[in-house]
Amino acid sequence: MNVYPHLVACEHCDSVYQRCALAAGEVARCRRCEAVLQRANPGDVNRWLALTLTTAVVFLIANVCPVVRISLNGTHREATLWEFAWALAQGSVAPLAIVAALVIILVPLAQIALLSWVLIFARAGQRAPGFAPALRMLARLRPWSMVEVGILGILVAIIKLVSLVEVTLGAGVWATAALMVLLTVIAHRDLSSLWDQTEHDPKVPSRSAV
Amino acid sequence: MNKPPFASDLSVVGCHTCGLVCEHQDTPGRAVPCPRCGSPLHHRRPNGIARAWALLLTAVICYIPANVLPVMHTSLLGRGSSSTIMEGAVEFWTSGSYGIALVIFIASVAVPCAKFLILALLLATSQRRSRWATRERAKLYRMVEFVGYWSMLDVLVVAVVAALVQFQGLTDISPRIGILFFGMVVIFTMLAAMSFDPRHIWDGEINGGDA
Repeated sequence: MNVYPHLVACEHCDSVYQRCALAAGEVARCRRCEAVLQRANPGDVNRWLALTLTTAVVFLIANVCPVVRISLNGTHREATLWEFAWALAQGSVAPLAIVAALVIILVPLAQIALLSWVLIFARAGQRAPGFAPALRMLARLRPWSMVEVGILGILVAIIKLVSLVEVTLGAGVWATAALMVLLTVIAHRDLSSLWDQTEHDPKVPSRSAV
Repeated sequence: MNKPPFASDLSVVGCHTCGLVCEHQDTPGRAVPCPRCGSPLHHRRPNGIARAWALLLTAVICYIPANVLPVMHTSLLGRGSSSTIMEGAVEFWTSGSYGIALVIFIASVAVPCAKFLILALLLATSQRRSRWATRERAKLYRMVEFVGYWSMLDVLVVAVVAALVQFQGLTDISPRIGILFFGMVVIFTMLAAMSFDPRHIWDGEINGGDA
């Protein structure tokens, strides 16, 4: 099968263009539908990996530390992200506990793990074992990662409760907020650039050779 | 301004996973894998429109119990009361928290309803290969993709509140079946938006178009 690495097809309307070199921070948009066609190469894999590992540390803190603590008449109660999901595991609502755990904990965890795995090898210009399924998985997981919705949910819940009980924030909420920012930074980069950066297959010439 | 060619004009197809543009091979019933990443190459996602319609209808049906049935049960000193999503928003409004009432209203009523209408519009016009407002419809699709998942807000609010307010005998909040239906609405509309292939919006321009 013939391949055309010098071309780029718009994902949203199927228009075909010649690839062009972009400077850092530049974005190429489709002339027909204005969707993003190409982003500038995210550049330094080392920096990307460092950010991913930072995200892993923050993720750990967000999962272990209590997020919110409430007190009522001298009794306290605090909860972590896991306990939020677990609270839905009651009676007929129980399937929703799995959904909640997925969108605020498990999908972000999978994103961090897969990205770290892929990037550790990409540093040396190599494709990690399972590179293709890992990138496919990362693209599929992205819409189901909802830490930012979780943060808004925590805020709304606090406002709901603040008239009823005394609310204090735990370390977990700061870690979750940091997780939200870092995850956006690492997971919204152009993954397809990794294909070009690790290109060694003689059947598919690299972009620079075209 | 001359318009760029469509992939079908050049008989190529772009891989949806890795972005490589490959030669289009017509093999009915069997998708050719991308030579670089191995994901199946499709000119259009197979049965995308039918699948999106089915998922959208499922979501609309789930939206009824999601609004009618209670999402949360509060028991305060032995007295219990259940509330629906709208009652939750109204409660914030009457207590003076207009901003939060608005956020809840947008996430739980405005966004899902707008998604239903926009997806139905996109599906109906794409099916007819309409050439009406293609660029605007393309933007609408991207908007739906971008805002859709914020509806999960209600589910997570119930989770947080139910996890915290558990003082045995004093006050206790627990989730109710309505929130399960609401979660299903969010999941099904997201799946419907993913099944729809936005390239269908431009089908009307490909044959006999001005491209």
